[in-house]
Amino acid sequence: MADLRNNFVGIKSPNPFWLASAPPTDKAYNVERAFKAGWGGVVWKTLGEEGPPVVNVNGPRYGAIWGADRRLLGLNNIELITDRPLQVNLQEMKQVKMNWPDRALIASIMVPCEEASWKAILPLVEETGADGIELNFGCPHGMSERGMGSAVGQVPEYIEMVVRWCKQYTRMPVITKLTPNITDVRKPARAAKAGGTDAVSLINTINSIVSVDLDSFAPQPTVGGKGSHGGYCGPAVKPIALNMVAEIARDPETYGLPISGIGGVTTWRDAAEFMTLGAGNVQVCTAAMTYGFKIVEEMITGLSDWMDSKGHRTLEDITGRAVPNVTDWQYLNLNYVAKAHIDQDACIKCGRCHIACEDTSHQAITSIVDGVRHFEVMEDECVGCNLCVNVCPVENCITMVGLEAGVVDQRTGKPVDPNYANWTTHPNNPMARQAAE
Amino acid sequence: MGTNVSGIHGGRLAPADYEKNFSDLHPPLDHHEALVAADRCYFCYDAPCMTACPTSIDIPMFIRQISTGNPIGSAKTIFDQNILGGMCARVCPTETLCEQVCVRNTAEERPVEIGRLQRYATDIAMEQNAQFYRRAERTGRRIAVVGAGPAGLACAHRLAMNGHDVIVFDARVKPGGLNEYGIATYKSTDDFAQREVDYLLSIGGIEIRNGQKLGRDFTLGELTENFDAVFLGMGLAGVNALKTEGEQLSGVEDAVDFIAALRQVENKADIAIGRRIVVIGGGMTAIDAAIQSKLLGAEEVTICYRRGKEHMNASEFEQELATSKGVMIRHWLQPKRIIGKDGKVAGIEVEYTAMQDGRLVGTGETGILAADQIFKAIGQTFDPAGVGNLRLEAGRIAIDAEGRTSMARVWAGGDCVKAGEDLTVTSVAQGRDAADSINRALAAAANPTVAVA
Repeated sequence: MADLRNNFVGIKSPNPFWLASAPPTDKAYNVERAFKAGWGGVVWKTLGEEGPPVVNVNGPRYGAIWGADRRLLGLNNIELITDRPLQVNLQEMKQVKMNWPDRALIASIMVPCEEASWKAILPLVEETGADGIELNFGCPHGMSERGMGSAVGQVPEYIEMVVRWCKQYTRMPVITKLTPNITDVRKPARAAKAGGTDAVSLINTINSIVSVDLDSFAPQPTVGGKGSHGGYCGPAVKPIALNMVAEIARDPETYGLPISGIGGVTTWRDAAEFMTLGAGNVQVCTAAMTYGFKIVEEMITGLSDWMDSKGHRTLEDITGRAVPNVTDWQYLNLNYVAKAHIDQDACIKCGRCHIACEDTSHQAITSIVDGVRHFEVMEDECVGCNLCVNVCPVENCITMVGLEAGVVDQRTGKPVDPNYANWTTHPNNPMARQAAE
Repeated sequence: MGTNVSGIHGGRLAPADYEKNFSDLHPPLDHHEALVAADRCYFCYDAPCMTACPTSIDIPMFIRQISTGNPIGSAKTIFDQNILGGMCARVCPTETLCEQVCVRNTAEERPVEIGRLQRYATDIAMEQNAQFYRRAERTGRRIAVVGAGPAGLACAHRLAMNGHDVIVFDARVKPGGLNEYGIATYKSTDDFAQREVDYLLSIGGIEIRNGQKLGRDFTLGELTENFDAVFLGMGLAGVNALKTEGEQLSGVEDAVDFIAALRQVENKADIAIGRRIVVIGGGMTAIDAAIQSKLLGAEEVTICYRRGKEHMNASEFEQELATSKGVMIRHWLQPKRIIGKDGKVAGIEVEYTAMQDGRLVGTGETGILAADQIFKAIGQTFDPAGVGNLRLEAGRIAIDAEGRTSMARVWAGGDCVKAGEDLTVTSVAQGRDAADSINRALAAAANPTVAVA
């Protein structure tokens, strides 16, 4: 049995599956249920400063996009940080941590960008026995209009400053949660590191309008005839999150900085992918909000079974394993040649590969052969783009097959070169480096 | 309630059972079901379902329109090719047409429910009385259509669309042809056939004259004289006889008459049905008669077919439907003699058959099946009364690829032509295509130079 125990910047949990700071972690009732279901940790829904709590809208807070059979693919929310009094949250956190000493309990915090505010709240949180804090520099809606959340996360100098205060005023590990609503995620990550953060977590939600009501001409969710942009999350954002995690993981300046991966984690497989790209653990929200807390069972068993089947014993065995294979386009091997191959036994003859290739790509797949409906790759036209693989409804029906060195590429008429060669030295590249004399 | 005494009687069931038994065979999909079903369509390239459809409906497109919340647009996609798409959605043997070739069969042996999706879209459009077609400017041309069945109606609609004035002559009391008289009751509930005719006629320019039979009330010669073109779509008026002893006995009936009576009757308990039924035949009519006998409360219903299962014209689905209702299907049996008692049917002597040197022969081994009612469903024939010298082929009207007969300005389609497959949808395609051919011919006659160019 694989050992799924997680040690993230000294915070221990029985597995690497944490619930992200969000509605599922807003109060003891939910968190107790989550721990009973098996979640390794929770990041308590973001606390604000002492005083009258924020208020939420009383209309719809969520919008969504769906795939076939109304499977939820992307969720958008305009909910703010906790709207419960600080003291209530702190009391409940303390009780829950006492009830579940083996689980990770992290406090997410968002207070005004002033030293006094941070200095005031940190001891209160520390007193609950929480294992760490997460700085919410990510929420893109509502709070950002008040100079908090992503308004801080979009300014590296502010990030560094606040992280520094936190490290100064608490002994708890500090996790800095980053917003994806920036152009280069490495900048805020570097700032957080410069401020002394113990880790970063990402991504928070993405600015989004999820849909427009075509009767009222208003964005959804619509509150009294108007809509505001919200924060987008769920399976649809996973690719964006994976890239940002990888960017930080392979950046020389932040290399080795612990990362808590967030963004569309729905299955064990998603979690494994985040971890191989450098995440020490993952945080989940939308999947739980869609299916309930029970999904963690699938995540735990799936990850464990996969690790067993591959001989990975601990999470350290998989964390960061894919990072060395993330590179820039310019370093990709231009001598690698692959061709699509259609398994005729698996093919159901829907023809989507043909029409995708014919209308939008390289005219490399037949539709009729000898008068019969037949879909086959014409290797002399195939550039190996992989579009057919992606539009085929049958898994593994179309696969990309790499050509062995020396085999003639039917498209170019040239044998496949066994040597690695990339754009940096390509003759068509005006910036190509001169080969060493 | 009800009775199971021998002989032929109505009211075999409790009143509620009639309603239950004759409710929709495939109940309509609700909104959610339609979306789930539509999601399964892969929007295939050059979709096999579309090719399999005799009317070439753009099936992937109409399903995509359903899935994007546009059932009205979906219905138009259907009606553009098949103005009787509502009835075809109910009666098409989709299991041998579009759904048989759905790629989902290869993927997971369960096709997209094309027929039910088609019904979903067309039902919505018809409920909202969404009208998609307007008549072109009137041409002043008058066209006679004989037969208000699927072929005649499809032809009339397309002609009216092109601005011609159409008179439809039909021998029966109501229009609709087999849609009204020949479809099993549980496939066309709530007077759908008449509602569909009304919907189709709302384009205008079509007059239906009922009770007008070719050969009795008028001749083909009179039509060609008085109209610019004629379309013949009168179906098959005759039925094949068994030609066996006892055929004249009370209780021996044509299945088509039984099916028609059941469609027309107000109260199904009024239809008298035997306790033991034998149906002779192996096509859809035999199946429909057998199933409905069972649904009316017959205790024992047996279909006798003189060849094997694989030779039956009824689809696999229909055969299974019959057996699921308790009908017994027996193969390799042919009628030898009908046995009577007091002038009424008491049973039928059947003989086993076999193929010998490629020919069907009786083996000499016989047996007797008790029966108090026997339905003949061994095929219908074309009645050539009134068609004059029109060339026939295999007993039906010969046509070319466009539906033209051997006589100038006379077209034909539907079951009365040789090419007919005896399906509603094929008849619709032939009627529609003949209308296009008529339209082209009339246009060419009006403007010969354009036609040459």
